Amino acid sequence: MNAFALFDQAAAVAEPAAMVATVAAVAVADARIASAWAALRDVEDPEIPTVSVVDLGVIRFVTAQSDGSLEVGLSPTYTGCPATEVIQALVERALAGADVGGFRVVRVLAPAWSSDWITPEGRRKLVEYGIVPPDHSSSSLRDLRPGSRPVACPRCHSTHTETVSEFGSTPCKALLRCRECLEPFEYFKCI
Amino acid sequence: MSAGIKVRDDDLFRYALRLGDLSLVVGQRLGEWVGHSPALEEDLGLANMALDLIGQARLLLGYAGEIEGRGRDEDQLAFLREHGEYLNPTLAEQPNGDFALTIVRQVLIDAFQLELYERLTASTDERLAAIAAKAVKETRYHLRYSGGWLVRLGDGTLESRARTSSALERLWSFTAELFAEDEVDRAMADRGIAPRLADVQKAWNARIDALLAEATLERPPDRPFQWFGKQGAHSEHLGYMLTEMQYMQRTYPGARW
Repeated sequence: MNAFALFDQAAAVAEPAAMVATVAAVAVADARIASAWAALRDVEDPEIPTVSVVDLGVIRFVTAQSDGSLEVGLSPTYTGCPATEVIQALVERALAGADVGGFRVVRVLAPAWSSDWITPEGRRKLVEYGIVPPDHSSSSLRDLRPGSRPVACPRCHSTHTETVSEFGSTPCKALLRCRECLEPFEYFKCI
Repeated sequence: MSAGIKVRDDDLFRYALRLGDLSLVVGQRLGEWVGHSPALEEDLGLANMALDLIGQARLLLGYAGEIEGRGRDEDQLAFLREHGEYLNPTLAEQPNGDFALTIVRQVLIDAFQLELYERLTASTDERLAAIAAKAVKETRYHLRYSGGWLVRLGDGTLESRARTSSALERLWSFTAELFAEDEVDRAMADRGIAPRLADVQKAWNARIDALLAEATLERPPDRPFQWFGKQGAHSEHLGYMLTEMQYMQRTYPGARW
């Protein structure tokens, strides 16, 4: 149901004064949700500082609750990622400083976070930072094999690359090396 | 299991502990490699897998604590249970040995967790389904790493091949326990919470056989050994592991970072 349908329903049942109040409350909530998103866009991932938590797709939703407070859904990238607690603390601090009123950050498990949720803006920032963004995720058996898809070097764009380690400096990255320009680089794991 | 108090849903509580303990115990074992791996890349690989596994254990033990309803959280369940209360299959606690033994243990467990989690995503228990959906992605990646190493070691040098074959011989008898259905497994399957272990076994066999064939290793024969780790009767190794893992909480009760 879209917002207009909701307004129509409200108009049908509400007294004019109550309707104005409802519309005003919705407008206020919308403004707070917008400022929450704006504040969250400034929260950087502690381990990949150019990318915001919004770019990374870990903020699942910001919604207004019936008691007027905001609920913010946060999905961890990996179950054991040590940055999850730091990210939650940074998110809470940013929201507290953004004058969005009362809020609550909840952890969202399902659906599980996927590297497909990284925004186009996030992918662009990863490239700028020298990290190759993830390919589209897949559960194909072929992709279970190492080196099943060539990854291009972020510097010279050669696909003559090799995997040095399936795991890198953080849970979300793997370590590769270009065999043309011989430079090592990181690849955002695709899950 | 020594805890005599009946909890609300004892079968589900035990089942969540089994899943969580498997991840926790093998995660702790992998963590023992940090600083000792054959190469920096393997140090990173094993540590990262340990981190994922301990993350999964946190979710599963946290849920177990909620089912139990006695106010124990994941930390209390991890650090304050005796070895007889741990319900992981005995395979998970086997010592690291050399790199080949660790890789073989990991392949056997990764393939098991992968087949189990894939089916648990359809569980009638929403929370377990959500945890499984999250964990299955990580597990897929773990098997990619461990399976890749199994092939390189098995089809590698004479030395790596000999070590890998002997590791397989040594650990094989523990795999039967993964699929030995008891009353908890049966109750979970009857309620649609867990898959039938026979189905998991069939899929596991196919996956393991394919990997062994590629690694040019022979599948050891099944032997009539029985282990009961998932009912709380462990090999001697778990006690030593827990002594180290639980040291801080036992010595400084309630200590926090």
